[in-house]
Parts: sequence; C-alpha cells; structure tokens
Amino acid sequence: MESYALLLAATLNAGTVLALAALGLLINEKAGIVNLGAEGMMLCAALAAFAAVVHSGSDTLGFLAGVGAAALLAAIFGVLVIWLNTNQYATGLALSLFGAGFSAFAGIGYVQEKLPERLHFTIPFLGDIPLLGPALFRQHPMVYLAIGLVAWLVWFLYRSRAGLVLRSVGESPESAHALGYPVRLIRLAAVVAGGALCGLAGAYLILVYTPLWVEGMVAGRGWIALALTTFATWRPARVLLGAYLFGGVTMLQFHLQGAGVDVATQFLTMLPYLATIVVLALISRNPTWIRVNMPASLGKPFHPGS
Amino acid sequence: MTDLKKRSLLQAAALSAIAATALVACGKKEEPAPAAAPTAAAPASAPAAPKPEPLKIAFAYIGPVGDGGWTFAHDNGRKAVEKEFGDKVVTSFVENVPESADAERVIRDMASQGNKLIFGTTFGYMESMIKVAGDHKDVKFEHATGYKTADNLRTYDSRTYEGAYMAGVIAGKMTKTNTLGVVGSVPIPEVVRNINSFTLGAQSVNPKIKTKVVWVGKWFDPPNETAAATSLINGGADVLMQNTDSSAVLQTAEKMGKRAFGWDSDMTSYGPKAHLGSAVINWGPYYVKATRDALEGTWKGNEQSWWGVKEGAIDMVSIAEDVPEETKKKIEEVKAGLKDGSFVIWKGPLKDNAGKEVLAKDAVADDKFLGGINFYVQGVEGKVPGGDKK
Repeated sequence: MESYALLLAATLNAGTVLALAALGLLINEKAGIVNLGAEGMMLCAALAAFAAVVHSGSDTLGFLAGVGAAALLAAIFGVLVIWLNTNQYATGLALSLFGAGFSAFAGIGYVQEKLPERLHFTIPFLGDIPLLGPALFRQHPMVYLAIGLVAWLVWFLYRSRAGLVLRSVGESPESAHALGYPVRLIRLAAVVAGGALCGLAGAYLILVYTPLWVEGMVAGRGWIALALTTFATWRPARVLLGAYLFGGVTMLQFHLQGAGVDVATQFLTMLPYLATIVVLALISRNPTWIRVNMPASLGKPFHPGS
Repeated sequence: MTDLKKRSLLQAAALSAIAATALVACGKKEEPAPAAAPTAAAPASAPAAPKPEPLKIAFAYIGPVGDGGWTFAHDNGRKAVEKEFGDKVVTSFVENVPESADAERVIRDMASQGNKLIFGTTFGYMESMIKVAGDHKDVKFEHATGYKTADNLRTYDSRTYEGAYMAGVIAGKMTKTNTLGVVGSVPIPEVVRNINSFTLGAQSVNPKIKTKVVWVGKWFDPPNETAAATSLINGGADVLMQNTDSSAVLQTAEKMGKRAFGWDSDMTSYGPKAHLGSAVINWGPYYVKATRDALEGTWKGNEQSWWGVKEGAIDMVSIAEDVPEETKKKIEEVKAGLKDGSFVIWKGPLKDNAGKEVLAKDAVADDKFLGGINFYVQGVEGKVPGGDKK
C-alpha cells in the first residue's frame, strides 16, 4: 500500500515536468504557432536555473532565470517566424539544436556543481495524513501550480474574451486582422508565454526532479510534451491527463522492475508511449473533435496585407 | 526592392545569424581543453633542432569531456600520454562524435590530417574504424570495447567488473537491509557481468545478499536514472550501484539518505554523504603503452587487450571513512590478489539464479565465457531482459 502512495508521488512529480511544458506549447499552438524548439528551450532554462541557484542560493531566482532564459529564446523564435516569416518547423528545429549545443557549451563549468540543500515542502495537517499525505501534500508548490494552471487555462481559452481572441488568431488570423486585432503581437505574446512555461518545466526538472547538470539532461521530454499537445487534441485537461499518464506509466515500469515483476523490460520501456497514445486516441475517437480543436492555421505563416 | 524580397533577405540574414552562432558554439567546443593547449602549440614554436617529428595522436570521444564519467576518464588517459611523452607527441581530440556516419567522417579526417595513432573510444565506432583503417594502412588504429581487428587496428577494453566486485564487497558490509540495487543501462553482457560481479562481491562478505535490478534502457537519461534509483530504494535497497553514465543515482541516494557508488570516474563530490567509493577506469596506462608501442615500432595490429586491476586500469578509490577497516583491508587483499593472479572473481562452483550450474567446482571462467554472460547469478532477482533463450 505504501509503495502505491510512493508511486503516486513519483507520478505527480514526473507528470508535472511534462504538463508545464505541454501547456506552454498548447498556448503557442492555440495561437497558430508550432514551436519545435521545446527541448532546446528546456535545456537552456534548466542550465540557467541551475546556475542561478548555484550562485545565489535562491530557488525563486532559479525559477525566474529558467523562465527568463526560455522566454528570451522563444521571443527570438517568435520574431523570426512571425515577422520574418521563416518556416516554423525549420526555425523550431534550429532552436532545439542550438539550445542543446549552447547549453552544453555554456554548461561545461557546471558539470560538477552541486545545488545547496533542497527545501522539503509539506502542507500542514494534510501532509500528516497516513499514506496519501506524503504522496499528495508534500510536493513542490509547482506540482499544484500545474494543476491550477490547467483550470485557469480552460477558463481563459473558452470563457474569457482574451482567450477567444487568442483562439481566433490561431483559427483565422485574416479575420482577426480584419477586426483590428494586432495578430502578430498576440502571436508573439503566446509564443513568449509558451516559452516561459517550457522554461518553468526545465527549471522544475533540474531544481526539483534531477538536481544535477549534465549535457542533454532533459533527455527528450520536450519532444514528448510536443506530442502530448497533439494526442490531447489541444484540450488543456487532456494535456494534463496525458502528462500524468505518461509520467505515471514511466514510473510504473520502474516500480514493476523494482518489485521483480517478470515482464520484458523492453516492453516496459515502450509502455508509457503506448499507454499514452492509446488512451488519448480512445478519448479523441471522434474525428470532428480533432478538427474542431486543431487550430486551423497551425503552422501557417500570416502576412497582414498580402 | 519589393517588400517580399526585402523580407526574404532579412529572413536569410536572420537564419544565417542563428547558424553562425550555432557553429561558433560547436567550434569552440571542439577546441582542446586549455590544459592541452601548450603542448599542442609547442611544435610550431620549436626550433629546427634535429628532433624527430612528434607522433600525432587523435582521440574521438562519444560524449563531452565534462560528462564526469566515461569520456572524462578517457580524456584523463590522453593527458597521461602527454605527461609521459612530452614533446614527442602531439595529441588532439574531438568531442561529441555520434555513433553514426559522422564517426567515419571525423576519423577519416583525423587520418588524413597526419595523425598516426587514432583512438576511437566507443563501441559504436567499430564499423567506421574498420573502413577507415582499410584506406589508411600507414595509420595505427585503436578501438575501445570493440571485437573486430585488422592489421592496423586493435582493440582494448577494461575489466570494469573488477571494480563492480570491489564495490560489492563494500556494499555487502554496509547494507542494513541485505538488499542491494543496481540501475542498469542497456542489457548487454558487460553490464550483466557487472551486476553479477557486484553481487558476488557482496556475497563474499554477506551470504544473505539479494540484488534488485532496474533497467533504464539507455546509457544516459538522468531523470529516468533518478526514477529508477528511487524505485529501488522504495523497494528496500539501501546500497545502490549503477552502470549508467551520469551521477544521478549517487545523487538520488544522497537525497534519500542511502548509500551508493561512483562509476567510471571518482564521483565523490556529487554525493559526499552517500558516496561509499568509486569504481574508476584509468585508461592512462593503456594509452601510454599504446603510444610507446607506436613510438618504438613494436605496435602490432590484430590484437585485443582487456586490462584490469593487474595493469592499473581499474581501481576502487575514495572509500568512505565509515567503511570498517577490515573491509578496507579486504579490498586491498582483492586488489593484491587480482594483481598477482592469486585471486579470481569468476570461479566455480557457480549457479545462475534459476539454479543451473554455470561453472563447475574450481573451474575458472575464461574471457570468452565472461564476454557472453547473459544470466544472473544466484541472489540477483528477475531475469536478464532478452537473455533467456531456452
């Protein structure tokens, strides 16, 4: 029983990294922009966060540095694809490669560095509940923030005026432009917000999840986050579900191995991908859902007045 | 100029700026470390004395020199060569050479730039090195961990399992739960052999030992290495070892108040409280020998070396202070025994964990046996992934 509580705790922890990044990318894509640079942004954010905490000792500064670094990269990406109309996919890939190379280069000096003692969080009273307490209420605040973010995002996208404008910019930038909305600025804001969330994910990964810097330590989580937005058919709640599902099944396979369950590890390694795709595909069976939710101008450039 | 043309010009300029920055970043990375610079620059400034041309030596690395593990250890070997031979050699290296067609390009480039001795430091360069060696008969090639040789290509490897055994001796003494954990990378014989040797070492001081194994399926994935270590600790293991490339397992043990080992390089600084010792590979002695062979004309191809404690290639270092004296003494005995050949790790009677005898009483495993291990010894739980072909 206790081990299930531990599994739950690990799931929340692992899912949060993916959820933060995927929600960021969701905001991007709702505005019609695909940013394949998530992995690179997360790596740079992780390094920036790590460096900030090593030098300042402050976690808050660490998170801010991570968010800032990724937001800056996203802003550069945004200017390139929105104003200079470079190909979104190629520019995103370039950003990913650049981020991986640059963080490796800039991070050489941090390879052997250690973070100062980490804080342990616990919510008073709730954290003392046997079994579930440690699993659910002794997590880093970012875990709860990710859940809150989904609720806010659902409200923002589907209930608020600003969300409607954001979606219209992703659906039909021409109409939004005709109505007088600054399409490019709105898209840039979405890209920067998305980058900031990817940065938050990178900072969380290195400050809470795996507190060490080594080259390429994000190990593909940026790409998984990208895939999650699509599998989740651009629905925030499903993105969160997919992130926890992927994180949970990844943890489950280690858990099963540790418990000595006799299944081929190659199968177990495949399981997170398989389970996430199957579940999200099942709940998105209705093809109109996908069509309704996929931003119509996703990946397409927009030139006002041409 | 039309608006569109202007835009595409700008676009091209912006993209090339990104590309240039990326190239600068990469280019800088491939420069030799500052420590190597003085030697590398030496021949240019050397006077025209009747000195023989220095031997040009190149190293191709799979990872960054700063990985703190595998490549870091190889680069220490390269530095040992510089220290030993001074201006008789010029060394250079290229980091982050992927195990793909790029490897062949890099190695071919090294050969055509006048390097006469070339080290490839990962298994995946094997085919590339065979090809380039065929085209450059005057160059000597050395390949780490491979099994194919040629007239001008030989292989070398390290008996990492000897380090794993010594770690096991310490682990067997220090565990309170009698449950050890290993985070495995890729289930190949080398890694399985290390898991088994670790267990045999622990059993030599504590017959009640059980070893749990969790495979990550990759050489390098720090977050998942962390998760695997966590699940082992949750499963009752209180001393961990890893056969992955990062220090994530040691750091997880540190965070959760358990103990663990460093692997490939001395990892003390990553988890000072958790660290019990580091099973390190020292490539220096082999690199020095290979260079001496080449300088003195005794270098021969078609050979395979597998060096261990005996040759100074494997060691257990930085043993924690709280490890009892008798255990430290036992480690010294193991080292001495491995050195003079009076002690062998893989000696019968030995059974696999299904109870089948794999080595009869007093039988000693030869290198062929060691190279093909795909079973767990008694005490290790579970089955080797893909190893059971009954």
